[in-house]
Amino acid sequence: MADPPSGDPGYTADEMMTVTAARHLYDGQVCFVGIGLPSEAANLARLSHAPDVVLIYESGTIGTRPTVLPLSIGDGELAEHADMVVGVPEVFAYWLQGGRIDVGFLSAAQIDRYGNLNTTVIGDYDHPTTRLPGAGGAPEIASAAGEVIVMLRHSPRAFVPAVDFVTSVGFGRHGEGRGGSPGSGPTVVITDLGTLAPDPVSHRLTLTATHPGVPVERVVAETGWDLEVADDLTTTEPPNPGELATLRQLKARTRQAHGTEG
Amino acid sequence: MAVITTLADAVGDLVPDGSAVALEGFTHLIPTAAGHEIIRHGKRDLTLIRMTPDVVFDQMIGMGCARRLVFSWGGNPGVGSLHRLRDAVEHGWPHPLEIEEHSHAGMAARYVAGASGLPFGVLRGYAGTDLAAHTTVAGIRCPFTGEELTAVPALRPDVTVIHAQQADRQGNVGLWGISGVQREAVLAAATAIVTVEEIVDDLDRHHPNHVVLPSWIVTAVAPVPGGAHPSYAMGYSRRDNAFYTAWDRISRDRHTFRRWMEAFVIGTTNHAAYLAAIADPSRLEDAPDG
Repeated sequence: MADPPSGDPGYTADEMMTVTAARHLYDGQVCFVGIGLPSEAANLARLSHAPDVVLIYESGTIGTRPTVLPLSIGDGELAEHADMVVGVPEVFAYWLQGGRIDVGFLSAAQIDRYGNLNTTVIGDYDHPTTRLPGAGGAPEIASAAGEVIVMLRHSPRAFVPAVDFVTSVGFGRHGEGRGGSPGSGPTVVITDLGTLAPDPVSHRLTLTATHPGVPVERVVAETGWDLEVADDLTTTEPPNPGELATLRQLKARTRQAHGTEG
Repeated sequence: MAVITTLADAVGDLVPDGSAVALEGFTHLIPTAAGHEIIRHGKRDLTLIRMTPDVVFDQMIGMGCARRLVFSWGGNPGVGSLHRLRDAVEHGWPHPLEIEEHSHAGMAARYVAGASGLPFGVLRGYAGTDLAAHTTVAGIRCPFTGEELTAVPALRPDVTVIHAQQADRQGNVGLWGISGVQREAVLAAATAIVTVEEIVDDLDRHHPNHVVLPSWIVTAVAPVPGGAHPSYAMGYSRRDNAFYTAWDRISRDRHTFRRWMEAFVIGTTNHAAYLAAIADPSRLEDAPDG
């Protein structure tokens, strides 16, 4: 159990989130990766403890080892460093639906207590207050991957009692189950404040760990439903120097390659 | 046999108002120049189809070319929202836009069905999602195992437009790198327009599967160097990431958007003139006033 950091812990909440998510990937696993936060964590895993993790992006780049993080799902970097490149119908039909993916790695605009994800609209579908990009590959990744790791930043706007639209199924609107989906669904939700996991019986997301220095009350306050806390709540191991150095080098290379601030 | 022609003639002759037009490209090889030509021709009431509509779809929608959008993910990759798409859906500007959305897997299955001459595609998907209630899908039972699956209707565009690296003088098309759903989209369509980086004497015949689409499948080929910008053509150009970021600012406000489009798309006669105009970075930041 780590001590809560006093003052500046030497890493950011986002770095803690990325490192925690990366630790959930194991060497040799086959991982279908979403762009953004999941891509950052999956590549950190590949560059640290899991060099033989197989990363697949929906652009059809299979077994890719990008030297910098892609800005888009179809960056040339992904194709140039892939074992093979296949068309989009093939990546979804043969590789994802065919049952060859161990882990799907997703993010979302909203998540509810049953791990359902929304990337479609905020508000009413026909008169949305905010039109989001839409489904992309997420519904079938959530359905067909052996398990799903979700990553998103904690806030009451993101962690809502009921998502405005179920784009991708966790355990159903009322925790009724996965509607016959082959995969076992979300196994862990990693945020900038801690880690949640579905209760094996109720399927409700339960706080299982807080990051160092984060009080439980803060996670509860940033969650839009009455968050349950595990009896055996733990504190996340802080990032070690190797993890931090690898992540920061990856992000520095990425900024240099893309000429971006992000 | 494909005719080798200009993009202006291909779009003028082959894309009627009111038609269903797929412009495919999965981040790589986006047929931007063709989208601009559709805007220059003032095409109207189009059903625009693409799995991943991005900047060029934002431009066509904002310029009022589209009545309907069929898609599975609409955003500015790596940057954020498409402001013109959002304005059309959220506020009906410049006019209301009907949308029909699927998942990527569903759209891919729809194109494959169209290319295969089947009325529908089938996949294990949509179960438990709200998508199923808002789009054209239906449950179907496997006649052999009884498994419940999802049927999606075949997608058959009137016209599919893609961008590729090369064509030879007969109009055979060579395309490599991330190839998306382009072959299926072409094979599903009644008419196909292919813009290419260059026309070559000989495609690489050491690898016969280098020819992705034979000439007799393609209606028209038009050489348009840099025709994917701000997307890229592997082996020819790099993705212009700065442009995608700049687009977020340009497109946020209706007036700024219109001025930019008038200066750089309507105000240029062809894609070479467009590329020359935007090569000056100061013009990218600030569209000229009035």
